[in-house]
Amino acid sequence: MTRINMTVDGVSYSDEVEPRTLLVQYLRESLGKTGTVIGCDTSNCGACTVHLDGTSVKSCNVLAVQADGHEVTTIEGLAQNGELHPVQQAFHECHALQCGYCTPGMIMQACDVLKNNPDPSEQEIREGLEGNLCRCTGYHNIVKAVQQAAGTMSSASSASSASAASPASSQAVSS
Amino acid sequence: MIPAQFDYLAPTSVADAVAALAEHGDDAKVLAGGQSLLPILRMRLNAPGVVIDLGRIPELQGVSEDGDHLVIGAMTTYAAVLASEAVTTHAALLSKAIATVADPQIRHRGTIGGALVHADPAGDVGAPALALGAELVIAGADGSTRTVAAEDFFEDLFATAVGEGELLTQIRIPKHTGWGAHYEKFVRVSHQWSIVGVAATVRSEGGSIAEARVGLTNMGSTPLRARSVEEALVGQPATDEAVRAAVASVTDGTNPPSDLNGDADYRKHLATVLTRRAVLAAAGA
Ligand code: FES
Ligand code: FES
Repeated sequence: MTRINMTVDGVSYSDEVEPRTLLVQYLRESLGKTGTVIGCDTSNCGACTVHLDGTSVKSCNVLAVQADGHEVTTIEGLAQNGELHPVQQAFHECHALQCGYCTPGMIMQACDVLKNNPDPSEQEIREGLEGNLCRCTGYHNIVKAVQQAAGTMSSASSASSASAASPASSQAVSS
Repeated sequence: MIPAQFDYLAPTSVADAVAALAEHGDDAKVLAGGQSLLPILRMRLNAPGVVIDLGRIPELQGVSEDGDHLVIGAMTTYAAVLASEAVTTHAALLSKAIATVADPQIRHRGTIGGALVHADPAGDVGAPALALGAELVIAGADGSTRTVAAEDFFEDLFATAVGEGELLTQIRIPKHTGWGAHYEKFVRVSHQWSIVGVAATVRSEGGSIAEARVGLTNMGSTPLRARSVEEALVGQPATDEAVRAAVASVTDGTNPPSDLNGDADYRKHLATVLTRRAVLAAAGA
């Protein structure tokens, strides 16, 4: 067993884990964060996408011990004070889901896309989501939702000019 | 499924990592970004007793410049290579190829050194490394290092010059400043491994090709360099007709696999078409 310390959705945790524990398994089984789901065994589907130090990763493809000392955000940490995140709100309004299984991963990856590129073209959205598979929607409404969220988020950030413009060029890189 | 049990080591220096390798030998697997290794462990295709994680060794990360070379730490992620202006400026071919690897989440974790040592013939990093004449710095016991040319690095399917007890630490790339570059990758669905890929970089002079380098992905058990094409391109204008003739020999010496994605003949046809496209795009035509 190895001791790990991790901040997940703003709360610090310290636990003993087997080194083979996958990050997604730790999130779901030890912390009860079942909002993050597992859709495959091959790291293809992206359903398990979370943010590690602010950058999207497939949490089935990271060991919990690799995330020791780092910060994780899951789909459960997106809403603030009971208010859905603009991307969540847009998925809801655009009906960007049917069964909903891919949705947690889609939303987390959509957030990553918008962080790096606040005004993406349709093509850029599709490419940004290429690591996330959806069996139901045919992707059209997902793309629309991301476009709508981009609009909401940019008008919100230009409204609150107090928050400094974040340079979109450099992306944080996890160790 | 989850991996079988293993012990986990996270050394914080290359020296400690090499010592751990020496101690555990065959029983150990090196974990770089883990984007290929973790699926392998999860499917229990491999069950090492010890996993040595290189993720906590700062000296293995980052891009720097050393005179007429770029130096890329083996644990630099794809995303960090893509974000590096030095790489875009001096080794555009590498950026273009890496931009096509897998998907954004995997590019955030996967590393250039991990990809090179994994040496999957369908991976997209080997061909540009070969075409750019990269040199690979390998650390061994007692602080020793040796440098291997990319041409001698890839030995076979999933086999490289990195021997037992050794660790790839740096990728040194001669600067190709001002060279045009293009990576032409053929896949059927997004985030697939290359069925065939062609890496081409070209130095143009007065409207014609002065120098060219061409690397091939998945046209044999290792990445390959198409030297006869490189030679035939010298002095040619960047026109469809001239390039079509110059790349005709691209399949000489190749031995592509036959599998569900296409048989060997189909891959040879693809290589000819993709090489023409890649060279023309690299030459800005
Ligand atoms: S569960 Fe992680 S990619 Fe499918
Ligand atoms: S909504 Fe069912 S998988 Fe995407």
